[in-house]
Amino acid sequence: MLELISLSKTYRTGDAALSDVSLQVPKGQIVGLIGPSGAGKSTLIRCINRLVEPSSGEILLGGASLVSLGGSELRQQRRRIGMIFQEYALVERLTVMENVLSGRLGYVPFWRSFLRRYEAADIQRAYQLLDRVGLLQHANKRADALSGGQRQRVGIARALAQDPDLLLVDEPTASLDPKTSRQIMRLLTEICEERNLPAIVNIHDVPLARQFMQRIVGLRAGQVVFDNSPEALTEDALTQIYGAEDWDAMRKADSDQAEAESDAIRQLAEVTA
Amino acid sequence: MSAQYPTTWRRPPQIIQDRRLRIGLQIAVLAYLVLAFGSIEVNWQRVSEGLERGQRFVMGFLQPDFTSRWRDISQGLIESLTMTLTSTVVGVLISVPIGIGAARNLVPRPVYLVCRSIVAVSRSLQEVIVAIFLVAMFGFGPFAGFLTLTFATIGFIAKLLADDIEEIDETQAEAIRATGASWFQLLNYAIQPQVMPRLIGLSLYRLDINFRESAVIGIVGAGGIGATLNTAIDRYEYDSAGAILLIVIAIVMVAEYGSSYLRKFLQ
Repeated sequence: MLELISLSKTYRTGDAALSDVSLQVPKGQIVGLIGPSGAGKSTLIRCINRLVEPSSGEILLGGASLVSLGGSELRQQRRRIGMIFQEYALVERLTVMENVLSGRLGYVPFWRSFLRRYEAADIQRAYQLLDRVGLLQHANKRADALSGGQRQRVGIARALAQDPDLLLVDEPTASLDPKTSRQIMRLLTEICEERNLPAIVNIHDVPLARQFMQRIVGLRAGQVVFDNSPEALTEDALTQIYGAEDWDAMRKADSDQAEAESDAIRQLAEVTA
Repeated sequence: MSAQYPTTWRRPPQIIQDRRLRIGLQIAVLAYLVLAFGSIEVNWQRVSEGLERGQRFVMGFLQPDFTSRWRDISQGLIESLTMTLTSTVVGVLISVPIGIGAARNLVPRPVYLVCRSIVAVSRSLQEVIVAIFLVAMFGFGPFAGFLTLTFATIGFIAKLLADDIEEIDETQAEAIRATGASWFQLLNYAIQPQVMPRLIGLSLYRLDINFRESAVIGIVGAGGIGATLNTAIDRYEYDSAGAILLIVIAIVMVAEYGSSYLRKFLQ
């Protein structure tokens, strides 16, 4: 189980990306994190595995505190947290197999990873995962030879190779077409179900979130403004998360433009005069 | 309707808006240029003498003599090629850790500053000056040349490698870090695959720069084909000097063509 207790993050520029976020994610639950751009979704996910340092608050994963760790202790906790990225973030010049095996880096000594001499069990598992995501025959290809959907499946296999207790998923479908997006989401939810894995999924696509998530958390300006089942995500709730579409502001912009145009005509008259 | 719009347009001045200042500056630059040309003293008598000497040089070039000094030439060539290869290999080996240390996104600030200053020192000293200094320290011969070229290679490769590391795709590094990888594993799995092709390309490029430089630093006593060339010119043996220059040009062309082919192949 993952527990966040009044987590806050203020960037050095003074922007408060997260303020006082508290969440509990039980085993096997898939949480969709939605909210407008800049609401702090990416920051929240990256605070959990400490790619971003939280300013204050507490993070507990299965009872172990993640906030004050450093060095090898931090790496040992990081390997329990699998992460899946928006642009796949595969190392493009490495083979698919190397990318999957890189999920084991937190477990193996440097010389093993350097010589690519992974233990038999690790290699067997990597093949098994590639088979699970349907890419067994692509193991020896370079990652940049794959299509977007295939790359994201390699990303999933890499995260699972870590044998994680938690999955962090950052906009997994943002650069994929609608059909592939659904396939990837289905694969993700199936895998979480198989392994009873909790997951936090950043997602832009509200219909997709409604369809696949068990719980939706809405973030706005660094604060949790919605936390309920997908069925409760009504128009009103969406307005609360994303803000109203502000027609008045647009009309104001139009009148500004009209003013600018008339000003331009006046200036033109001066030039020609 | 269209009559209302102006029919002429001139590009407004972009840098200096003020008309008087602009014209004043233009006149000042022109005046400086005229005065500067006026201050160059040309001794036409010396030029005509020199033309004759230059003509002899060109004639030697047109009738290159490969045979009478062939022993000296071949020895110089072997020295130069040895110097080039050894200095490139040693230089690259030393510059890889320095280049990694000079990449801001990988190391703590003090390490970065130390490595960047090593790069700055190496780059600010021209090869010929380093060669003069090292020849004074270690005596004439290819060892001083080897050290000079190694020193120059460090500045070149380390700087370009560091710049390349700073421009890698950060998300790939982030992904590897998120797996719980150590610093060395990060280097091996996220950085190395991204910068390796360029490092190999730069090393090959440096190999052919080093060969060209070996001909120059030989003139100040650091051995190799440059020393042979210098001796030939001192003895007014322009036919032998011509032969040496032709050989250098040929080797540089081969190296240039070979390395660009290899670099293309490695992409």
